[in-house]
Amino acid sequence: MTAIIEGMLNGNVRSLAKAITIVENDRPGKKELLKAIFPRTGNAYLIGITGPPGAGKSTLTDKLIALLRQQGKTVGIIAVDPSSPFSGGAILGDRIRMQQHALDDGVFIRSMATRSHLGGLAKTTVDVIHLLDAAGKDVIIVETVGVGQDEVDIVKIAHTTVVVMVPGLGDAVQIAKAGVLEIADVFAVNKADREGAAKLVNELRAMLDMSTGDWKPDIFSTVARDDVGIADLLAGIYQHREYVHGKGLDQVKFKSNVRQELCTYLMDGIIELANSYPDFEQLVDNIYQKEITPLEGAEKLFKKMGVKNNWLTTGGDDAEKN
Amino acid sequence: MAKRIKVLVGKPGLDGHDRGARVVARALRDAGMEVIYTGIRQTPEQIVATAIQEDVDAVGLSCLSGAHNNLFPKVVNLLREKGAEDILVFGGGIIPDGDIAGLKEAGIKEIFRPGSSTDETIKFITDQVNQ
Repeated sequence: MTAIIEGMLNGNVRSLAKAITIVENDRPGKKELLKAIFPRTGNAYLIGITGPPGAGKSTLTDKLIALLRQQGKTVGIIAVDPSSPFSGGAILGDRIRMQQHALDDGVFIRSMATRSHLGGLAKTTVDVIHLLDAAGKDVIIVETVGVGQDEVDIVKIAHTTVVVMVPGLGDAVQIAKAGVLEIADVFAVNKADREGAAKLVNELRAMLDMSTGDWKPDIFSTVARDDVGIADLLAGIYQHREYVHGKGLDQVKFKSNVRQELCTYLMDGIIELANSYPDFEQLVDNIYQKEITPLEGAEKLFKKMGVKNNWLTTGGDDAEKN
Repeated sequence: MAKRIKVLVGKPGLDGHDRGARVVARALRDAGMEVIYTGIRQTPEQIVATAIQEDVDAVGLSCLSGAHNNLFPKVVNLLREKGAEDILVFGGGIIPDGDIAGLKEAGIKEIFRPGSSTDETIKFITDQVNQ
């Protein structure tokens, strides 16, 4: 383990790759590894790329990598693709679009399968970000799975979230809905040479005119395949980075990030603990037979865990008002 | 739970016939494996760099152009050079009888030719990786 830690911190590609596997597969040594590298995290700039399947996220990422490399920055990429809900397998094909960078020492690309985690990322994506960060990558790009409307975890993690849209996916009502479109710091309207692109830009602009936050996202038209509009898009990303730095939002984000991670571990631990009780299955049966409700079942388990206050029924959105 | 197996499927060289590679990739996915698909026209160097970054257990090479005797061993040698000789390499494609012994000698663990079933490939990878 020491060799892997030293290797990855000294730029050894195989060590970094092995370290990621340890984290991703919950292998022994994960705790030690994360402890060793954690003090070195928090330096990389995190860009999230999200949008519907086929919007061109990977191609856009490929072109952004090229520009960032021209500027002398080292880049880490995490490309997330879905796992099959049936077999658990996956075909990870994002990096096909990025193979021109395969031999560049300044670029490290890693594919991750969601392994049925919801939200657009894999469960351990944040830990993998920590590893790339500690390994000294200047910029880390996280490409989410192709998202629909509600897979917005990326916004909790990335300093700048780019939402990639393409013409032809829906009308103004789709754009007015909550979710993915709300999380953009920067919009890329990709495949902008296609019919409907100008209309989409107008509709997005109309939506943004109604937003009230003090950051107003810019919209950039791109044709990633032909390398059109990428420099402007990156300039837009940098502009948002200035804003984030100026307001100290990177620190706020880092804190919310670690809070989220803490909660994830807590949740996993609680579920594992509950599963370890011999009468857990009995409880599931009781609920199945409608003898008790799922809420009551959870209460019983919390009691077993020694939790005194029952916040399941005393907390919640409306509690303060009563 | 069994170890999650990660396999790179790629096509070194210049032929663009990727139907076979995609069928294998799909079959491995359906067998619960995570498949890094690198697509066509890859150099051995690109394939090896990708295999190392992705920390795969196995690399499957497909070649239908006749250049397998050159390209397949090159991948094995590059993996050795990078200290990654533990990564299993297997191949498939239009490969004449007479070439198989030489390829195996060069470190390609198995060759799957037209007519072989994807079940054979799955069993081979699973057995080798869990060894």
